[in-house]
Amino acid sequence: MLDTLSYYLNFNFVRYAIIVGVLIALCSSLLGVTLVLKRFSFIGDGLSHVAFGAMAIASIVNATLGSDSTRTTSQNSMIIVLPITIISAVLLLWTGQNTKIKGDAAIAMISVGALAIGYLLMNIFSTSTNLSGDVCSTLFGSTSILTLRASEVWLCIALSIVVVAAFIYFYNKIFAVTFDESFAKAVGTKANAYNFIIAVIIAVIIVLAMNLVGSLLVTALIIFPALSAMRIFKSFLSVTICSAVFSVVCALLGIFLSIIYGTPVGSTIVAVDMAGFFIFAIAGRVGGKS
Amino acid sequence: MSELICKDLTLGYENSALIENLNFHVNKGDYLCIVGENGTGKSTLMRTILRLQKPMSGTIEYADGLKSNEIGYLPQQTLVQRDFPASVREVVLSGCQAKMGARPFYSKEEKALAKKNMERMGITELSKRCYRELSGGQQQRVLLARALCATEKMLLLDEPVSGLDPKVTIDMYKLIKQLNDDGISIIMISHDIYSAVKYASHILHIGSDTFFGTVKEYKKTKLGKLYLDEEGGSENA
Repeated sequence: MLDTLSYYLNFNFVRYAIIVGVLIALCSSLLGVTLVLKRFSFIGDGLSHVAFGAMAIASIVNATLGSDSTRTTSQNSMIIVLPITIISAVLLLWTGQNTKIKGDAAIAMISVGALAIGYLLMNIFSTSTNLSGDVCSTLFGSTSILTLRASEVWLCIALSIVVVAAFIYFYNKIFAVTFDESFAKAVGTKANAYNFIIAVIIAVIIVLAMNLVGSLLVTALIIFPALSAMRIFKSFLSVTICSAVFSVVCALLGIFLSIIYGTPVGSTIVAVDMAGFFIFAIAGRVGGKS
Repeated sequence: MSELICKDLTLGYENSALIENLNFHVNKGDYLCIVGENGTGKSTLMRTILRLQKPMSGTIEYADGLKSNEIGYLPQQTLVQRDFPASVREVVLSGCQAKMGARPFYSKEEKALAKKNMERMGITELSKRCYRELSGGQQQRVLLARALCATEKMLLLDEPVSGLDPKVTIDMYKLIKQLNDDGISIIMISHDIYSAVKYASHILHIGSDTFFGTVKEYKKTKLGKLYLDEEGGSENA
């Protein structure tokens, strides 16, 4: 087994996949606690559907313009998908709190809407011969993580650094706004501004993570590490660190398993995440009683 | 001199006013209890004082050196907090936010301030414990310590004793009274009118009849007699 692994590790594309996988896992775990506790778990889900719709639009634009040689297709997609997802994230967080359509209903509405429109557009305009294959890989993560170019890896590294740096910089504010928004506002913290920043970071993470596990499974990457860490650890800092480590370890394991057994990358990682969650849940039970 | 002056306040949501033409003021060192039945707008009033909500009309003035963000707030427990993984120290420290502005990390002075306020509330030995695993009384002390990190001038307490058992309730009242004696102005929403007249210096009664004045005056009014007779008889605090 190790022989197979070390054989594969000689290939650049496998190394790229591992770098990107680890970075995405790290980023996606950071804001999990905030999302879970603010009852925003489904925002991840909603946004990933929006990103799917945006991806459909992007692939149509790509097909009609024809990919020019200077830019790769996925960079072209990123230019379209990222802004659309960020705008939707801001709208969802913004309106979620004080409109007549409550947060979860708004998210459900937007997410199924985007899903339907995305599929519709792909069906009408797509020039691809393998439409259902395209759709399936956008939804469940593609093998495209194994066909990354160096430029895409660099883009991913850059975005990850931005996400991690922003998270560390705003760490204390994010804590305050998540723990008690009213108090934070009362003492003059600009809670709305920080909610806005949280929304933007989430959107970037989701667009990044879609490459790895696909839009249907993105939420798993965000909430499993946080939920697992919360079973065992008691402070915000320890939960955050633990969920980052948990997420990276699970992603690595998932990628290795998928290489060795030839399983789909995204669903393998999520399966490992689930297993990890159950281990942590049992450990939390046992530890909590003693 | 007054720190907080509310003039002709009308509060409510959209087009329905809950409170109309409310006038009151809080002087430095006052202990004001806001009483009244459920649904009369006590919490709305509190949210307005904290500038979380705009009044429909009227003004709130912050004076005598009190800035609008120098009001410490002890909110009612929210659902989020019930399963939030946070240590006591992290929660208390987050009270220093007001002083930080855009600065991302806590300074030494702020950490020292948090430590001092944990000692003051008698929760130093809990500092590494998880907030959600504490008893109700301990949680309120943590939130008080956090509010004290935000300000030394005025505290707003939203039903600080709800859900606490009788002994802890008395301790809590004594603790708040102690803070008041240290010179911090207190505004408290309360259901417990009997304790309100026992500890507070002023009463604001809102509802179908409105009253604002000292406790002495309140006891003499028809309104005060009515409520004190009703509730004082059935409750012993």
